[in-house]
Amino acid sequence: MSGARESVPGVPQGAAHASTTAMRAEPSVEALESVLVEHTPARVLVGEAGDAYRTATQLELRRDHAAARDAVRRELDLHADLGLDVVQRFGLFVVDSCCRDKDEYLLRPDLGRRLSAEAQDRIRGMCPPGADLQVVVGDGLSVAAVAAQAATVLGMLADAAAARGWTFGQPFCVRHCRVGVLNDVGDLLAPEVVVLLIGERPGLRYADSLSAYLAYQPRAGHTDAERNLVCNIHERGVAHDAAVARIVALAEQCRAARTSGIAVKEELSAVTAARSNEPGAPAPAPTIGRVG
Amino acid sequence: MAWATVVRGERFAFDDLRTLLAKANEEKSGDRLAGIAARSESERAAAKTVLADLPLAVLVDEPLLDPAHDDVSRLLARTHDAAAFAPLRSLTVGELRERLLSHDGAVDAVPPRAIVPEVAAAVAKLMSNLDLMTAARRMRRVTRCRNTMGEPGVLGIRVQPNHPADDVRGILLSTVDGLLFGCGDAVIGVNPASESVATVGAILHALGALVERWQIPTQTCCLAHVSTQLAALERGAPIDLLFQSIAGTEAANASFGVTLDLLHEGRERVLAHHRERGDAWVGDDVMYFETGQGSALSAEAHHGIDQLTCEARAYGVARAFSPFLVNSVVGFIGPEYLFDERQIVRAGLEDHFMGKLLGLPMGVDVCYTNHVAADQNSCDNLLVLLASAGCNYFMGVPCADDVMLGYQSTSFHDAAAIRALFGLTPAPEFARWLEERGIFRDGRRSASNAALRRDLLRAIERVALPGAA
Repeated sequence: MSGARESVPGVPQGAAHASTTAMRAEPSVEALESVLVEHTPARVLVGEAGDAYRTATQLELRRDHAAARDAVRRELDLHADLGLDVVQRFGLFVVDSCCRDKDEYLLRPDLGRRLSAEAQDRIRGMCPPGADLQVVVGDGLSVAAVAAQAATVLGMLADAAAARGWTFGQPFCVRHCRVGVLNDVGDLLAPEVVVLLIGERPGLRYADSLSAYLAYQPRAGHTDAERNLVCNIHERGVAHDAAVARIVALAEQCRAARTSGIAVKEELSAVTAARSNEPGAPAPAPTIGRVG
Repeated sequence: MAWATVVRGERFAFDDLRTLLAKANEEKSGDRLAGIAARSESERAAAKTVLADLPLAVLVDEPLLDPAHDDVSRLLARTHDAAAFAPLRSLTVGELRERLLSHDGAVDAVPPRAIVPEVAAAVAKLMSNLDLMTAARRMRRVTRCRNTMGEPGVLGIRVQPNHPADDVRGILLSTVDGLLFGCGDAVIGVNPASESVATVGAILHALGALVERWQIPTQTCCLAHVSTQLAALERGAPIDLLFQSIAGTEAANASFGVTLDLLHEGRERVLAHHRERGDAWVGDDVMYFETGQGSALSAEAHHGIDQLTCEARAYGVARAFSPFLVNSVVGFIGPEYLFDERQIVRAGLEDHFMGKLLGLPMGVDVCYTNHVAADQNSCDNLLVLLASAGCNYFMGVPCADDVMLGYQSTSFHDAAAIRALFGLTPAPEFARWLEERGIFRDGRRSASNAALRRDLLRAIERVALPGAA
């Protein structure tokens, strides 16, 4: 990024009408654009055919939408998506929400927020209650996100918990999972802080973006206003180590404040906020209709 | 009160107003999810038949939600103009529909302040898609902040330059790309990935600096939680428009972490801040609200009220704060609330009509997610329908792909095409600026101007890191 600055020396004040100075050896439009486009994955400066897209752009959008639609339909496969090592290290297992299949999951978020009776029995039997940190992995709307991010983040969270002397609950996975499942986990296991790692709805650019929702002592009836969020965990978004650092810092804040959600604000410096590889904190107040 | 009617020999009874309104709704997966939808098409038609004969007075006098338990209901009662409503009291819902569609200018005799959200929702349920467009087109709602939105012949566009990691240069590059398409008159509005006060402040400072440096007659906004924006304001960030997502019940607003008092306090603080800044404001409309059918149900805060009526109640909240912009994010919520393109199109037309009827400067984020049965052609279709209905503004997202929120909206290209197709122009102050800067020539986008492009691109470095150059 410092390279970007050095390539644009001495921009005069009031540069709006500086075009007459173009005789000097100044960076070309193309040079400026090639530096700046590195700062965003957005589809900027793509050109046009009249007021429409160029054909190549049109078809690229079409291909990406097709990939996203296909990603939504994929089902969670514990060994393939989390990896044998991680499954064995943590003794991971999968339980179901109250949804019977993917179609019901898409149409009935209320069922995706509840653990099935069988799931509740299994969790009670397998997971010691009262952990300082309980991690749950949910497929959400992208198994691709779980496959690409969850195993690493889970491992790093366990290490971070150990380094702080926190008890780390027996983690597990929930198939056809919505964010509201946090409340059932809280009611069942009474952990201090629950972190739900869940696949975000695929975008066109990224089908593998993971979110981490935090809740302090979640209970039935809690809403997103009582949750914190670190989102956009993927290759060009929030890196794994940065995500884990932020999740752990938020967990510490929640434990200190004995609450979570809107009352707990993550603090990051403006310098950090201006850098693409170290984005800021989560958005606790939900926009309408995330994986909710 | 209970109602019943017989349709083709079958008797249909409706125990209360909530039930009647819910069953009269056009089909929405969200109403089915809530367990309140009509069980058959005949029951839906029967409910519409009963609703058509209902005097408006019933909808005003029988609150759907007890004001003692819901502050939105109290606000709606307080802001309803009973004197303006008096001449309409004895009209039925069916008669109101005809009045809104009649040729004799009777729509002027229906002032927004006479209409309560339940009436707006009820009449929408009796309208066809074309009715919703025809009626809405007659209702222009003009608002002013740093420019003037909503006049006849004007179509505004919000530049939505979101970035998954809030990289300020990336945000500014998307913004410049949009400006070069003539977009950004409604607002340059960023949904931040982060809710940190520092990040929100950095975005607001950068957008503010771009607007100041280029003397752009538009508004900027960072769509964080209202409390975060106010904290940034406290630390010196410039705020043109104060944003918040809102819904139609107290409990749903609580799930967004907002109260009516907080909105009121926020508006007062931003108005005071505008006076202190002394910029070239042309009006006092400083709020920006987003809504969407299904949000109350999503928060389990709908109290058995259908999603269309909940949405109308959100507009009732919005108008109490004199907003500059209000838009439904109509396809964002997902298939459990709006199942497919057909339902999204219907909801978009309903939302725009109800907002206009209630006096709001209504725009629409025409959009869809990747888990719903819709695609970019769905957006094209609804965009054309809403433009013909006189919608105040749409979104401009690079290639319609929001790389932060992960959904598809409408693009800078779409904005240019729709303006050309309907002969619409940007807000007048902004249109003049586009001409002065050579981005437009005689009302049309001018051919690529390399010097201008370079100047705008170089400005990014200046405003991304203030004091660095």
